[in-house]
Amino acid sequence: MELLSIPVGVAHYLVVGAVLFVCGVICMATKRNGLGVLMGIELVLNGANLNFVAFASPMLRAEGGNALGLDGQIIALFVIVLAAAEAAVALAIAMNYYNNFVTIDVDRADELKG
Amino acid sequence: MEPSHILPLLLGLAWLLPLASFTLIVLWGPRMGRGGRYAGYVATGAIALACLLSLTALGDWLVYHPVASAADAGEHGPAMLHSAPAAETVAPVSGDWYLLARFGSLRLSIGYYIDALTVAMFVMVTFIATCIHVYSYGYMHEELHEVTDPLARTADGQPVKRRGRFHRFYQFLSLFCFSMLGLVVAGNILMVFLFWELVGICSYFLIGFYIERRSASNAANKAFIVNRVGDFGMIVGLMAVWTGMGTFSFGDVKNEAGLVTQAGIFSQVRPVLHDHALAAPTVPDGMVKQAARGQIAEIVREAPSDAACTAQIAAKLPAWRTLGYGYWLLVIAGLGIFCGCVGKSAQFPLHVWLPDAMEGPTPVSALIHAATMVAAGVYLVGRFYPVFAPEVLLVIAYTGCITLFIAATIAITATDIKRVLAYSTVSQLGYMMLSLGAGGWVAGLFHLFTHAFFKALLFLGSGSVIHATGTNEMPRMGGLWKKMPWTAATMLVGCLAISGAGIPLVVGLSGYYSKDRMISQLQLLRIANPVHGWLFYVAAAGAAITTFYMFRLWYLTFVGEPRDTHVYEHAHESPKVMYVPLVVLAVMAAVSGGSLGKFSLPNLLEQARPVPAANDIGGGLLWPSLVIKAEHLSEDPEIEVPVTFITFALASAGFVLATMFYGVKSSDPEEARRQFSRIHQFLYHKWWFDELYQLAFVRPVMFVSRLTADLDRKGIDGLADSLARWTTAVSSADDWIDRIFVDGLVNGIARWSYGIGLWLRNLQTGNLRQYVMFIVVGTVALFVLVSLYWNFAFASP
Repeated sequence: MELLSIPVGVAHYLVVGAVLFVCGVICMATKRNGLGVLMGIELVLNGANLNFVAFASPMLRAEGGNALGLDGQIIALFVIVLAAAEAAVALAIAMNYYNNFVTIDVDRADELKG
Repeated sequence: MEPSHILPLLLGLAWLLPLASFTLIVLWGPRMGRGGRYAGYVATGAIALACLLSLTALGDWLVYHPVASAADAGEHGPAMLHSAPAAETVAPVSGDWYLLARFGSLRLSIGYYIDALTVAMFVMVTFIATCIHVYSYGYMHEELHEVTDPLARTADGQPVKRRGRFHRFYQFLSLFCFSMLGLVVAGNILMVFLFWELVGICSYFLIGFYIERRSASNAANKAFIVNRVGDFGMIVGLMAVWTGMGTFSFGDVKNEAGLVTQAGIFSQVRPVLHDHALAAPTVPDGMVKQAARGQIAEIVREAPSDAACTAQIAAKLPAWRTLGYGYWLLVIAGLGIFCGCVGKSAQFPLHVWLPDAMEGPTPVSALIHAATMVAAGVYLVGRFYPVFAPEVLLVIAYTGCITLFIAATIAITATDIKRVLAYSTVSQLGYMMLSLGAGGWVAGLFHLFTHAFFKALLFLGSGSVIHATGTNEMPRMGGLWKKMPWTAATMLVGCLAISGAGIPLVVGLSGYYSKDRMISQLQLLRIANPVHGWLFYVAAAGAAITTFYMFRLWYLTFVGEPRDTHVYEHAHESPKVMYVPLVVLAVMAAVSGGSLGKFSLPNLLEQARPVPAANDIGGGLLWPSLVIKAEHLSEDPEIEVPVTFITFALASAGFVLATMFYGVKSSDPEEARRQFSRIHQFLYHKWWFDELYQLAFVRPVMFVSRLTADLDRKGIDGLADSLARWTTAVSSADDWIDRIFVDGLVNGIARWSYGIGLWLRNLQTGNLRQYVMFIVVGTVALFVLVSLYWNFAFASP
């Protein structure tokens, strides 16, 4: 229980990120609702974002560097943009899917079965 | 205008006109009127124009070189005759129209060598050709339509039906005229050879005109192959001429300034130094050097410098020449050229082709195989006269003599009207060769001209008879005099002309003059060389035989009772277009031997006489005693008068005998045939020459070719076949390996990957959540594996 006793640091962030990631994966794997799956994806992406931001902490940085130190944050911003785009496409797919099957239950879709 | 300028132009045009006609007919012949009838007009027009040009050339020649002096000489006494050659020889006009190529000293050119002989030949050839072109228009009439040839059968025994070949006939006649005139005008021996071959190919085409008839195509092949034998000799002669003299040109080659740049054949053999005249030809330097190769090599080895070497060789040349170096090469050159003449002029032993050549249409027989082409050999002997050594002349004389006798005897028993004439032609050509060989240069060529006229006449007459009766066989004719008076009368003139009829010492038909001249020359030779006396006896006997067979032909055809009434009733006089040329030729046959004022054919030819032929010829190495006497000596009355009476008596005897047998029938020819059945059989089978050649040449050749064909079929074909079979076996084995192993491997891999694919498709369930599960499980597994193996891989350095 070391985590509870030490001051909040990178490790805490990583734990939260891991929790978020696992929640997202479970959500993706268990939800039959297509929108639920999308939400799971959002959770996974945000878990990853948290990791990026955590690893961008100045405490993990070597001394004397003259970099700006915003790499992790910028990648996180990219991921957010990417997530927005992905959501737009995925929602469009969901709309089409609904048009075709009158449901958004992903288990009903096995047209790509080999 | 000067002959040296205008003559090449006139004769060149006359030479090329038939070529133009040939080209036109080749290109548009079938479209010239219905059945190509205008082709006849084109060809006849061309040759008639050529005849006019030749006559103009003759006129021009006579204006500049009047024959007056020659005619005078004949009238004077023996004192004058012995002193000098009768007439001045006129220098020939020679030069090149076009230089094709030159290789070192060898010039290949289209040149001309024009003297009185050339001009006279041009007039004769174009004149007779014009007559025959006109005549053919009637004779070949049926070729205008579709022809049914009863003598040619198809495989199922039906007569061959074919399209008319009127235009083709005239096409070849034009080509022939072009070639013949080219041969006559040629300025070098190579050009002569080229046109010689062209003439031969025309003859081949025209003999094989009725190509569907087996006999015709065989005869054409025979003529061509037999001529090749002669031409082989001619090529040897050409090679000897070239290696020995380095030139083919007859005359000297001159540059613009008129200076001689290269000596021609004639002036090399008869150098200017000796005024061109020597008893025996001078061996050219080249031939001497060829023969003295060994000595020259020695000089070259020892001489200090090139200049000295050349000087030494030049100094030794006369000595070598006196020793006879190179003389044999000259003899070979002469014999080789003569060999070509033997083939073309149908001399023994190559005479067999000419009678068979009668398979061609009769106008062709008249033009080519009687009047002009076969005379080309005689012409070339006359033209090449300066080169012939005395030995060669003797060979020529004996060849002619044998030919004349053999052919004359065969003509006695032949029953085919054209074959009688063919053998008569061979016999008369033998006379010409004999006369040339015996030194009678003018006599031989004079006979060439007179013979051309009366033999063309006789052949056209026989063509008229064949046209009327539809048969060649004289035993089926008889009594045709009443049906075809024009033909009978003109042929009688021809018979009289060839027999040499005339009032002795006063006047006669053309044959009288030419034959007497030839036999006088032989008498002269007999007196000078008693060893060669029988040349004279045979020639004199030939005169009797000639008369006999000619009148036999005439009597059998025109006199007596018709032996085949069907043929007789069918017979009719030929159309005007055919008998008018006969009349024209009959007039020429009658008068061409005579003289008009001072002009006569022999006097014209006298101008072209090669200088050596004006003197005694002798001094050969092989028979040094042989002397061929100068021709003008034979005009001595002491020789000429008895000869005239002898030939007249012999010819009369032949005529009386023929009249007895066939005219008044006081003796029965059947009786004579039974009496001499052996001889009759021998002559009837043409001395067994065809059988002899069949046995000696044709059979062995056929045997060898059959043998090689067998070898080819069994040996080489077998080898090739087994090779092929072996290849097939190997490739089928290869195919098996390919199918089983290579294909098996490829197919196995394909089947295997297909199976894997089939199995793997089960993973693709299409279920989204399952995929997520796969990803998660896969990721976790990856992490587990990495964390397990991390240490082994990286941790411990």
